[in-house]
Amino acid sequence: MERSKQLTCISILLHLCFCLLPSTIAITSGSTEGYTISGRVKVESMGAKGFSLPAKISNAKIILNGGQKVSFLRPDGYFSFYNVPAGTHLIEVAAIGYFFSPVRVDVSARNPGKVQAALTENRRSLSELVLEPLREEQYFEIREPFSVLSLIKSPMGLMVGFMLIVVFLMPKLMENMDPEEIKRAQEEMRTQGVPSIANLLPGAGRS
Amino acid sequence: MVYSGDRRLPSSEFSQPSEAGISYVDFVYSYSQLFRSLSLSLSLSLSLSLLSIDMAVMLRLSVLLTLLLFSLNPSSALYEDQVGLMDWHQQYIGKVKHVVFHTQKAGRKRVVVSTEENVIASLDLRRGEIFWRHLLGANDTIDEMDIALGKYVITLSSVGTILRAWNLPDGQMVWESFLQGSKPSKKFLSVMMNFKMDKDNILFALGKGCLHAVSSIDGEVLWRKDLSELTTESLEIQRVFHPVDSDIIYAVGFADSDFHTFQFNAKTGELLKHSVAAFLGGFSGEISFVSDDILVTLDATGSHLVLISYQDGEINFQKTHISDLVPASSGVARILPTKLTGIFALKTDSSVVFLRLIDGNKLEVVEKINNPTSFSDALSYSEGQKAFALIQHVGSRIQLTLKLDNDWNSNLLEESIEMDPQKGLVQKVFINNYIRTDRSYGFRALIVLEDHSLMLLQQGEIVWSREDGLASIIDVTTAELPLEKEGVSVAKVEHNLFEWLKGHILKLKGTLMLASPGDIAAIQAMRLKSSEKSKMTRDHNGFRKLLIVLTRAGKIFALHTGDGRVVWSLLLPSLRGSEACQYPTGISIYQWQVPHHHAMNENPSILVVGRCGLGSDAPGVLSFVDLYTGKELSSLSLAHSIAQVIPLPFTDSTEQRLHLLIDAGGHAHLYPRTSEALKIFESELPNIYWYSVEAEKDIIRGHALHSNCILDETDEYCFSTRDLWSIVFPSESEKIISTATRKLNEVVHTQAKVIEDQDVTFKYISRNLLFVATVAPKGDSAIGSLTPEESWLVVYLIDTITGRILHRMTHLGSQGPVQAVISENWVVYHYFNLRAHRFEMSVIEIYDQSRADNKDVWKILLGKHNLTSPVSSYSRPEVVMKSQSYFFTHSVKTMSVTSTAKGITSKQLLIGTIGDQVLALDKRYLDPRRSINPTQAEKEEGILPLTDSLPIIPQSYVTHSLQVEGLRGILTVPAKLESTTLVFAYGMDLFFTRIAPSRTYDSLTEDFSYALLLITIVALIAAIFVTWVLSEKKELREKWR
Repeated sequence: MERSKQLTCISILLHLCFCLLPSTIAITSGSTEGYTISGRVKVESMGAKGFSLPAKISNAKIILNGGQKVSFLRPDGYFSFYNVPAGTHLIEVAAIGYFFSPVRVDVSARNPGKVQAALTENRRSLSELVLEPLREEQYFEIREPFSVLSLIKSPMGLMVGFMLIVVFLMPKLMENMDPEEIKRAQEEMRTQGVPSIANLLPGAGRS
Repeated sequence: MVYSGDRRLPSSEFSQPSEAGISYVDFVYSYSQLFRSLSLSLSLSLSLSLLSIDMAVMLRLSVLLTLLLFSLNPSSALYEDQVGLMDWHQQYIGKVKHVVFHTQKAGRKRVVVSTEENVIASLDLRRGEIFWRHLLGANDTIDEMDIALGKYVITLSSVGTILRAWNLPDGQMVWESFLQGSKPSKKFLSVMMNFKMDKDNILFALGKGCLHAVSSIDGEVLWRKDLSELTTESLEIQRVFHPVDSDIIYAVGFADSDFHTFQFNAKTGELLKHSVAAFLGGFSGEISFVSDDILVTLDATGSHLVLISYQDGEINFQKTHISDLVPASSGVARILPTKLTGIFALKTDSSVVFLRLIDGNKLEVVEKINNPTSFSDALSYSEGQKAFALIQHVGSRIQLTLKLDNDWNSNLLEESIEMDPQKGLVQKVFINNYIRTDRSYGFRALIVLEDHSLMLLQQGEIVWSREDGLASIIDVTTAELPLEKEGVSVAKVEHNLFEWLKGHILKLKGTLMLASPGDIAAIQAMRLKSSEKSKMTRDHNGFRKLLIVLTRAGKIFALHTGDGRVVWSLLLPSLRGSEACQYPTGISIYQWQVPHHHAMNENPSILVVGRCGLGSDAPGVLSFVDLYTGKELSSLSLAHSIAQVIPLPFTDSTEQRLHLLIDAGGHAHLYPRTSEALKIFESELPNIYWYSVEAEKDIIRGHALHSNCILDETDEYCFSTRDLWSIVFPSESEKIISTATRKLNEVVHTQAKVIEDQDVTFKYISRNLLFVATVAPKGDSAIGSLTPEESWLVVYLIDTITGRILHRMTHLGSQGPVQAVISENWVVYHYFNLRAHRFEMSVIEIYDQSRADNKDVWKILLGKHNLTSPVSSYSRPEVVMKSQSYFFTHSVKTMSVTSTAKGITSKQLLIGTIGDQVLALDKRYLDPRRSINPTQAEKEEGILPLTDSLPIIPQSYVTHSLQVEGLRGILTVPAKLESTTLVFAYGMDLFFTRIAPSRTYDSLTEDFSYALLLITIVALIAAIFVTWVLSEKKELREKWR
């Protein structure tokens, strides 16, 4: 594990293109304006081997500036954008199952090779362009396993439960009540009339 | 989930809170599905009243219960086993342009294709399914494709600058190389197979005028040669090739009227030989290579064939007049791109002529074919034998012929296959061979048709077919299915009571987690195959509809919303290329006839608008299509162009909708062209206004109709127009990048909105609201090239009748792209904030202040209110804007909003993210009244505490774990059921689902257990009976006491 970590600690490559390809220097200088941004995507759960990506992330896309350029991951998780002009860029990772923060990358024209990268979500700055998911995403609700509680909590369960309460507890309550009070309450009810379901639903009368 | 404040009672007499989603009024409104709660409360009241329990208690309880019923409903998120119940997902690749077969080894036979939609995909050769697929970036067009080392697919893309290798079995990218170059040139890729250099295949890639040799193992550039440097003129390399078993690479090209050949050492890139020869006539058009050292092209006039042989650096020209070879030909001929040896094809005005080269210098006509035809490249299938396929259309059948390329007269294979006329002509053919069990050679052909579909032919049959035209949808609309008629037998849904009960008992077992794996599988199968959802008739809830889509190929498809199958398809005859109309393009579709009142027996129809050519001043084409039969009713070739189509809110007696077509010259044309339509139109003439946005000039204009056309007085359906107003944006500081309007058919339930403390505000609801976003002229470019100081974003809200600017707001340090959506009284837009370097979303809500006094109940009772006064654009509106901004994590490709039948249900924004997912975001998160510490009253109303960024809850992705690759648009259609919206997202893939922004409060969910309800009722009745008996006994005992 320690060794693999060392291996993965490769700093960002940000060179002028003609530094990468010495043979081009002699030929063109005007048209090779761009820089290369290289980085890697790292997913923690990939296990001890460290170099192969989990299957679901191998389909990931790396997107520069909201779709200006799209790149793909190599088996070891590295990606590159070529011919990028100097400026402040935004890199996004689109991978099903993971939530990646977009990354702000500054490519400076004055001192090539210097890179500044920061996660835009939590403003954490990165010393090297290694993108890790902030969290895994679960797209589905998880079904809760069967339990007695869930059965009781279901509408039917509640109904049955309430009925039981009414049947067995109400008589007890009634016994404890003052008989005069009951009489008074019944009187009140008679004057009010019997409420019905229709009164309960305010719109029912209208519609 | 935050649904705490969703439910509340109506708080004032004259208004109903529709914002909060579910109120009791809404609940009662949902007449049809009421029975769930009613049956429960009724059964309850029945049983309880029998037990003579205090009525008031019981009522409270039933309120409580109904509430609980709601809260216990599953939220809008799905369970994993619900995938496919109400959604479907289809994957496409687009029109195929390159094909490489991979059938050598045993095991999975596959074909790798790249398409015009910029997809590279591996397909199963047996069934046509996708093994893997990648959509490259929009500017990263695939130029060439090949297979190297037998395990890597190599693509050359981005005008020949990016070379990528993809692992053949799983599609993982293996390596990527950036190729340098200076100037645009032809792109070319070749794999050197027999070139053994440490078991490596060397790739030769030409792009941007540079020839590169690249190792196919790791993409390392072995050597590169700038070809444009070799000559001073503008050299255009036409072809690079290397003969088998040779260390020499040849390159040939033209520079003005000079012909150049080069020879390179394949190992080092050293230039071995360079020869030039001038040809006086010049060159034009395509080039066909007849053999490795002879090519055919046309001279600059296009009337002569030029035969160029360049063996060993010696260049010879030979000129032949085309009419000498093909006597009857007239007009301009062109060479068809072929890769055959000894033969090339010439297309003249009416036919395709195959010519053969004899003895190295003589040309001879082999065959002249008058039928539409297409042919494949040569395939070498055994030693020295090369074959190619030729497909001709003969009536409704296609005839596939395989010929040896050195022997024209004998056919290897001849098959005739019946072809669906709606698929059009065969455009491309690719062939592959296999060895039959009797060791003879068999051939299969992959064909690309006019409607962009892909088909595999083998042994005279269609093995599989893919409708890849659906990858390029231009426009979508929906149509209702026919009503279920009396006498038409209804599909047998409930077979019999026993089956029904068995099914529900299975479901019950499932909910109680008692089901065995076998049972679970049975339940899942039962749910998925439910015939209910794919019936061809209208349903009660309005879930079943037809999705009518127009594709780039000019084909109309009708898809069933239940399962996504193609009900009918029509390759529009008026959108096919013809003599009169060379390059027709479809633009949009409109509802032409939606019968519901008067013309119930008519079939609904749509209007398809297209134009002949690409410019907006090209003449228009109209086509009318019957939606039930899928036949074109009629079509019109217009004399005028079409710049804008305005569906008017009037229909004639046959329910045909009136449409106004505005041409590029500013004239308006009325359709349908009937006197009845004209009569209706003339009475409404002064009330018709529209606007136009001239994005390149940064002007927005308002128009109205004037009188009949001055130019053409005989045409009474043509009207001249006048400009009412115009807004000219200062072009040095502002540039229009985005506009948005409300959907025409949006329904708003109520204008009033109840806010905290029983107070009421009134929404400003206008159909004529236009949202315009402008940026600094530089801000038009992509992120990364601007500093915050030099960019700004200005948004406007404009009334399109008067041109009055209702609101203007500047976001300094922000830039596009802007995605905006307008609904009811609010606008939501998405843009990029350069200072924070994050995406932002802002909301503007508009309230009508002039109606604010109508809060007093007494005034309303006395009639002193202005609620019934019409909303007019002419009266100066007293509007109040409220606005708030939030951060949003992702880029947004497209944005839409849910729409429901009556507009009662609360809204959700549907955001198509850069990851090709569709996120449903509650409108309540974009509420300008959010504050950091909401008061108690605000909390009760459902206002969420303010956060700086909008939450992304993974469960609220409408597309759950799927991606709609290349997402371009989201269409929302209301279902009849108020709670539900149908959502159709399209791009490369299609995805359909239905969502309930406030959850399905008006119907039972899919997994509602009827059996459990039944059992409960039975149990209740039994309990009633038992308690009754018990109480009788008790009474009796008491009487005896």
